[in-house]
Amino acid sequence: MTITLTVNGVDHAVDAPPDTPLLYVLRDDLALNGAKYGCGLGQCGACTVHVDGKPVFSCVTPVAAVAGRRVRTVEGLGTVDTPGILQQAFIAEQAAQCGYCISGMIMRAQALLDGVRRPTDAQIRAHMQPNLCRCGTHGRILKAVRRAADMMGGTVPQAVRS
Amino acid sequence: MRRKHWVGAAAACIALGGLAALAVAYRAPLPAIARPDAASFDRARVARGAVLAAIGDCAVCHTADRGAAYAGGRPLPTPFGTLYTTNITPDIATGIGTWSLDAFTRALREGVARDGHHLYPALPYEHYTHVTDGDVEALYAFLMTRPAVSAPPQPNHMIFPLGFRPLLAGWKLLFLHRGALPPRTDRDAQWNRGAYLVEGLGHCGGCHTPRNPLGGEETGRAYAGGVAEGWVAPPLDGSSPAPIPWTADGLYRYLRTGMDGEHGAAAGPMGPVTHDLSAIPEDEVRAIAVYVASLRMDGRPGPGPGPVDHADAAAQAHPAGAALFAGACGGCHEAGAPMLTGGRPGLGLASGLQLEEPANVVRAILEGLRPPVGAAGPFMPPFANSLTDGQVAEVAAYLRARYSDRPAWTNLTRESATARKEGQQP
Repeated sequence: MTITLTVNGVDHAVDAPPDTPLLYVLRDDLALNGAKYGCGLGQCGACTVHVDGKPVFSCVTPVAAVAGRRVRTVEGLGTVDTPGILQQAFIAEQAAQCGYCISGMIMRAQALLDGVRRPTDAQIRAHMQPNLCRCGTHGRILKAVRRAADMMGGTVPQAVRS
Repeated sequence: MRRKHWVGAAAACIALGGLAALAVAYRAPLPAIARPDAASFDRARVARGAVLAAIGDCAVCHTADRGAAYAGGRPLPTPFGTLYTTNITPDIATGIGTWSLDAFTRALREGVARDGHHLYPALPYEHYTHVTDGDVEALYAFLMTRPAVSAPPQPNHMIFPLGFRPLLAGWKLLFLHRGALPPRTDRDAQWNRGAYLVEGLGHCGGCHTPRNPLGGEETGRAYAGGVAEGWVAPPLDGSSPAPIPWTADGLYRYLRTGMDGEHGAAAGPMGPVTHDLSAIPEDEVRAIAVYVASLRMDGRPGPGPGPVDHADAAAQAHPAGAALFAGACGGCHEAGAPMLTGGRPGLGLASGLQLEEPANVVRAILEGLRPPVGAAGPFMPPFANSLTDGQVAEVAAYLRARYSDRPAWTNLTRESATARKEGQQP
């Protein structure tokens, strides 16, 4: 069946069974390969994208559930030539090792920064909790989110920095 | 003139009645003591108190989200307003540092604070009144040796006129039946131990027994199922709808590990309960399981109906729900899914799908599940962000039709909206 999606502000009509995971449609039909297939069970976060501004696991989000809703992927935050602020911060902190989890990490973090102007380190930690990194770069990932928050929202009291 | 006399006499009577009521409600303050030295408590007694505090779930209510243990501040939504739990660390200014054992005992058994004010029955003193002197003393020793945390109490938001605490004296006249429970001579020691723990510190009836409009437990319908923070606390008596009846062994596994392969995982407010029971001596949990199992066996012995799976009929009746289920849930819950290895039950065994109310199913979909015990237990991601209320309703309706023979749920979209709103509260 044909389902209409709005991805990064652009409408797409895709022909897919209604139970197809959004992740498959993004990668296979729309060639948006930023979101990754990790566990396929909503447990790791590598596939994280936004639906109506909220982070979701796209591997367990049926495409029928997002018909007519706003989907945002890491490709919507910037390009290789003009990376967005979070992407710049992840590069500056060298927060990726293998990089497989990173687009999910960035989208999870973006959802926080969209809603909270000056997150504390505790808020960042709690918010990033669902996403896993098997290389162990969590420390750099948290630093990158901290850096992006400072770049976007101005400075944060020194006391809450790690 | 005569009428004025009447009014005056009536007013006098009301005033006198009010004074008498206040006199009944009045409880004297008990003297403040110097905070006892933590080293003065017997270590074995403190250790015993730790076990009892876990059985009593003290930390569950008396700890705020990400807050210091026992320092209070957790909001407790009730039909009568929102209460904030108090600091039961031995802090002198904001906790119970100046409470004597007598003051602590009175609070636990009679719901009266050291300074004489009445405590709301969110502190389940109608259960704690059954706790023995020795156990109260052990609890006191445990709490008075915790780190003192400065955490001032937060103001409650109760509906008028329940902010006036002397009214609680009336509630206690109706619902607080003081004293120990007599042991049953026709039952063995393990059953009696379980009864003591469940009816007393465990206060299982606090959630699993329905409450009357005044907020008292309906003792005539003990364990017929109740409500806890928006979740249904399922019946533990003969009306339990579990497709495979609970046994003492199954209850033990569930209470000990947060999951039983014939029923499902502990969710909502039950999660922390199983967490607390995971680390105490095995005998205590076995006794609780034996007693709770007897609540059902005494009411309705015999096998249950077993699980059903009407996959085709449910898909025909709810095609949208079936598609959403296949894409969002099937990867873990459909037959043969890797998540069902290791003895995890299929949805046909889940009690939540058999209850009269859809509250638990809707909340599990929206909020997901976190491992209640340890880090490796059952985990389910939340779907609040990916599914709309209408879509949650479709999935729930499909699940009900597929895995139960019971009547369809109604008002599912509204239930999802309500649960979503409650889930967002602090």
